[in-house]
Amino acid sequence: MSTPTEGAPAAPAAPKPIRIAPIVTPDAKTFWEACDREEFIGQKCGDCGQFVFPPRPMCPHCHSLNRQEVKLAGTGKVVSWTIPRHPPPFGFREAPIVAVIELAEGIRMVSNVVGIKPEDVKMDMEVEVLFEDTMNKHKVHVFKPRT
Amino acid sequence: MSRTFTEAAIAGIGATEFSKESGRSELQLAAECAKSACEDAGIDPRDIDGMITFTIDNSDEIGLARCLGVKDLAYTTRIPGGGAAAAATIAQAMAVVNAGLCKNVLIWRAMNERSQYRFGQNPTNMQGYTGGHGTGSLLWCIPFGAMTPASWGALQAARYMHTYGITNADLAHVSVLERKYAATNPKAWFYGKPITVEDHQNSKWIQEPWLRLLDCCQESDGGVAILVTSLERAKDLKQKPVKITGACQSIPYNVEVISNFYHEDLTVMPEAQGTAKRLWAQTGLGPKDMQAAMLYEAFTPHLLMQLEAFGFCGKGEAAKFVRSGALELDGIIPTNTHGGLLGEAYIHGMNSMAEGVRQVRGTSVNQVTRRKVENVLVSSGMAGAVLSAV
Repeated sequence: MSTPTEGAPAAPAAPKPIRIAPIVTPDAKTFWEACDREEFIGQKCGDCGQFVFPPRPMCPHCHSLNRQEVKLAGTGKVVSWTIPRHPPPFGFREAPIVAVIELAEGIRMVSNVVGIKPEDVKMDMEVEVLFEDTMNKHKVHVFKPRT
Repeated sequence: MSRTFTEAAIAGIGATEFSKESGRSELQLAAECAKSACEDAGIDPRDIDGMITFTIDNSDEIGLARCLGVKDLAYTTRIPGGGAAAAATIAQAMAVVNAGLCKNVLIWRAMNERSQYRFGQNPTNMQGYTGGHGTGSLLWCIPFGAMTPASWGALQAARYMHTYGITNADLAHVSVLERKYAATNPKAWFYGKPITVEDHQNSKWIQEPWLRLLDCCQESDGGVAILVTSLERAKDLKQKPVKITGACQSIPYNVEVISNFYHEDLTVMPEAQGTAKRLWAQTGLGPKDMQAAMLYEAFTPHLLMQLEAFGFCGKGEAAKFVRSGALELDGIIPTNTHGGLLGEAYIHGMNSMAEGVRQVRGTSVNQVTRRKVENVLVSSGMAGAVLSAV
């Protein structure tokens, strides 16, 4: 166990997360629990192998109940985006970039693009996943421009 | 007694005033508009035997039936999907009359959606965003700051606007037209208050760079009711009967109510395409047979996407189509002649369907006169109906 170096200035406390925690439903529990561990997983059918989102108990292609939770590549592109100006959404100090991300696996999800200014977001921009803290010690997936 | 197919018609429409603060309960608004629709038809409210509303209406059937003194209710149902499914109430009413289950079906929607709660503000309760509340998978949007209908609507419209090079300034022409219609409609909240393209462009961003304030429907208090009966009976009642020539719903695979980002082609509204396909097949009619259209437009881009889905113009052409004057009273397809949900009021699409009835009756304040109105399309996106003169 290390102890703080004597005399070193204390690291500034990270601002307390104000983002609203995800609303967890039974069929999405695995997804959000993985986010809490900073793992990005998707639902793949254990029989026909197709990805679906949002998570669901049955595969719409072959009606299998055999769900597999697999690691996603974490890369995708912005297929739609907006900057909510009014009312300012709860959970953000500045207006976020809200985007629909199409993942490499072909599924889409709503998220945020972070690390860039609103004026720099572009349709079809390549992005990669990272995680941000929410209230109540949870995490959600967000995306930044791919390096 | 054997069961036979019975043609259905709209015999009555009724509404309260449209305001920002009704000062009375939603149940009272429901009772007032229901009574008014019955009076319009010449039907005793006690003889209502079917009741249909939206899943998210806060008044219950028995509460309203107790106000109206309904003697024996034979059928009740509610439609999910909020305003997008507004016209599904007509499809339901038509079907139960067709099947002989009911004689007098009351459709109602009454809400204090400005003074009591506001759809346009951030949610105060997350319960409504889970399944079974008629709005699908909004829970996947909330933690990311997409928590108002405008945010979901913008994400839905952005790909379409981007693909066809439609800017927010192009949308101004929809708002200006609707406010022009509202300006001559004494029932409209924006009666006597037309706007210019400049006013539109000076209104604040709601969702940058897609939707400004004047691209958004109002938030309103009020109630609207529609009374559906058999065509045969409607002929003997007070008003000119308005036949329900066809009505249907369409929810294609992977379509959601408004967080509609999961289906294949984000530049179209598959639900409106599905409604169009089913409705045109059901009625044997097409866009050229319509003399007016009432299209649900919580936000201006969705009116454009429906014009394309129903085949009034080609894909990506709707903005130019609107600008050409096609939706004016003397245009190809006069649309939302009451001022729409932007100009008249936002009673969840019900007030637009009532205007469809008035156009067929020939009693709109902005009546289409260039051609005889035979058929009017009412569409809420996920459902639609063709209302016809007899």
